[in-house]
Amino acid sequence: MAAEFLFSQFLSGLTTAIFLFLVASGLSLVFGVLRVLNFAHGTFYMLGAYLAWQTMAWLAPTKEGFWLAALAAATGIAILGFVVERLMFRHLYGKEELYQLLFTYALVLILGDAAKILWGTGQLSVSRPPSVEGSLSVFGALLPGYNLFVMVLGFAIAIGFWVILQRTSAGRMIRAAAMDREMLGSLGANVGVLYTGVFVVSSFLAGLSGALVSPIKAIVPGMDVEIIVEAFIVVVIGGLGSFWGTFLGALIYGQVLSFGILIFPRFSIFSVFALMAVILIVRPWGLLGRPLK
Amino acid sequence: MLDIDNVTKTFSGFTAVSGVSLTVEKQQIAAVIGPNGAGKSTFFNMITGHLTPDSGAIRLNGRDITGIAPHKICGAGMGRSFQRTNIFPKLTVFDNVQAAYLAHRGKGGNFWSPAERFYRDETEALLRSIGLWEQRESIGGVMSYGAQKQLELGLALASDPALLLLDEPTAGMSATETHEAIRLLERIAGERELTLLFTEHDMEVVFSIAQKIAVLHQGRKIAEGTPAEVRADPEVRRIYLGHH
Amino acid sequence: MSRRIPWTLVVLLLALTIPWFGSRYYTFLATQIAILSLFAVSYNLLLGTTGLVSFGHAAYFGLGAYATGLLMKELNVPFLLALLAGGLLPAAFAGVFGYFCVRLTKIYFSMLTLAFAQIVWAICFQWNEVTGGDQGISAIPYPELGWIGAIPGLGGFRTGDHFYFACVVLVILCIWVLGRITDSPFGRLLTTIRENPERASFIGVDVRRYELAAFAIAGGFAGVSGALFGIFNRGVFADFMFWPKSAEVLIMTILGGMNYFWGPVAGTIMMVVLNQQITSYTEYWPLVLGTILLVLLFAFPGGLMGALDAGAKRLRGQKTGGGDA
Repeated sequence: MAAEFLFSQFLSGLTTAIFLFLVASGLSLVFGVLRVLNFAHGTFYMLGAYLAWQTMAWLAPTKEGFWLAALAAATGIAILGFVVERLMFRHLYGKEELYQLLFTYALVLILGDAAKILWGTGQLSVSRPPSVEGSLSVFGALLPGYNLFVMVLGFAIAIGFWVILQRTSAGRMIRAAAMDREMLGSLGANVGVLYTGVFVVSSFLAGLSGALVSPIKAIVPGMDVEIIVEAFIVVVIGGLGSFWGTFLGALIYGQVLSFGILIFPRFSIFSVFALMAVILIVRPWGLLGRPLK
Repeated sequence: MLDIDNVTKTFSGFTAVSGVSLTVEKQQIAAVIGPNGAGKSTFFNMITGHLTPDSGAIRLNGRDITGIAPHKICGAGMGRSFQRTNIFPKLTVFDNVQAAYLAHRGKGGNFWSPAERFYRDETEALLRSIGLWEQRESIGGVMSYGAQKQLELGLALASDPALLLLDEPTAGMSATETHEAIRLLERIAGERELTLLFTEHDMEVVFSIAQKIAVLHQGRKIAEGTPAEVRADPEVRRIYLGHH
Repeated sequence: MSRRIPWTLVVLLLALTIPWFGSRYYTFLATQIAILSLFAVSYNLLLGTTGLVSFGHAAYFGLGAYATGLLMKELNVPFLLALLAGGLLPAAFAGVFGYFCVRLTKIYFSMLTLAFAQIVWAICFQWNEVTGGDQGISAIPYPELGWIGAIPGLGGFRTGDHFYFACVVLVILCIWVLGRITDSPFGRLLTTIRENPERASFIGVDVRRYELAAFAIAGGFAGVSGALFGIFNRGVFADFMFWPKSAEVLIMTILGGMNYFWGPVAGTIMMVVLNQQITSYTEYWPLVLGTILLVLLFAFPGGLMGALDAGAKRLRGQKTGGGDA
């Protein structure tokens, strides 16, 4: 009984972790290459959820339209990311880091309100696609089929991502940029294209995770700032710019939150920030990151 | 004056400096030369406290300064200039040098009196001696490269050093600028009875002012001596001068 | 800077005239501006002077508000004494947190300031017994300021006006002190850290110690500002410390111009007035603020004061040196 309960708590932490990994991996990718913490990443995630809802509304009759909606949402956010990077963000690369941060924060303010104007302030919800309805019993704990699907997808994306980083020339450039900026120029990389590409991929991931979360969480204004703080914690724990670090950070965050609620119900938020502070004090570049050069 | 004893520094498996010793006498002008990647900058950064040697010791006037913080080494009588120009780019020339006086003479604990009142005469005298008085109101970062190097020298001199370390003092300068910079250095060193240790890629500069030269190659010291001795050293000729 | 206009005095005199307009609303706005100005000026000791980007300055604002509010409400401590505690307690906290933060640089520094601030927020948000949790502390007593009405020429003003007079005098006093600190040798050496920490250490500046001192001082004055705000607001809530409040003070400072001592004050005036005007006919204030921020970043990176300065120089026919001096 107790073991089953703990296991179900573990599963819930794992689900949180996979969603957070999907969101935070894009954040970490952009930081690794562009060296900017993109505050708007959470907003892209929220807009992904809204776009998925909107596409579903247009495709109302088809219940399995969710899959199409998720893809459409992710693509839509990728395009948004492309426009933002090409038209505006790139003009700030030469400027101080602070201005780049503020730019992404301005996007949070503007796009957050734009979402309110377009979709109102009420809660919206997306129903789960019937193909993954139902639950699975794992060691006596119930795991909804949809969560299982997202977990599998999350792991698949993690592995696919890792293969791309290890095996392709784009991946090599991304790793080089994360380690040493000056090396990038010597690789003869077309830095402009790389930056745009990374920003677009990161936006795609944000949009996709927003769409994927929509069947299990209500879509509301404010979900953007909530997720971005969580994603910050995850990347800080794992190591800014580190791929497996982000994965590990998400796993730890999920479990700390999940079991923190059991141990200190009143101070569960406190525990994750405390973890973040301790990591920064003891090992500022995160568990699997390396000091920036 | 400066006594470097068998220092070694390794970066993740790569040995940048390996067992190098060097002694610089009071008021001597000494140079460290070597091809790119010979370990000159690492060697320098260990002396100035920006890097801590893995082993070995560095003594300044008999006092062990191995691995202590840069601001303390600075207080112990060592000034330095950096390879990439290293000034306070948005402050005026005057404020740059004045700030160095404030820091060195321990005024930083003063939270109340206007900073501009302090060390005006000292700053003026120093700026005149390095030839920057006319440009005292200029913003440091927008001046010519040569002038910024001069200002950097000013920052180093404001801490009344007995020993001055210069990392590539003429890097990036035109022939005329180099000539002027060297004459300035020689004059200042003479006036203030300074000991000078510098790295330099321009052999003409090295052989014209150095009294002692150490040659680094792949992290090791392969020769040391007077300019004539170094010039005659067969290994130096083979590895280094042979590239001419 | 060297034109020797006693700006502190000018601002004080101008600010003191507000209640004579006789509008409760103006006094209300002006009080808010005065209090938040101090918050922003204290922040700029870190941002503009030392070059440290803190994401957690609101923590010290909030700590000051709680300290003073609790002392006045629960223990009937006199106003000025409670206010002093509202400065000292946050300064002590900033000293402890700062000790860890200044070991880091750049984004890592910012992230740790954020983590500490969120820890403090989470505790205040859930520690019902002391901070009232999410209910906060309400009904904080107004200080006894009736004596201001007895000053010749100041009779006939409302309680709100009295509090405003007190705020203006206290805030200007604090800003004056911060100005002295900024112009002092200590402040000058802080600017060398902003400009070039590596070089600063090699003119003999112990970078971490100076940063820590600046962090504690800024935290203390943010606390005084928060203490006044708690009284003005008649209540203290955990929201005072939540991270968007830290983002707000950063934006106010940038809007006004972080390279100018009075920039944060200009930014505060702009932000408070615009906020009041715009929220009166649209709920989309963040949209407007975000747009202003974008325009600022691309067109006026020196902020309001930077733009004014550049305009004034152009009028005098000088060449402008690229925007941010």
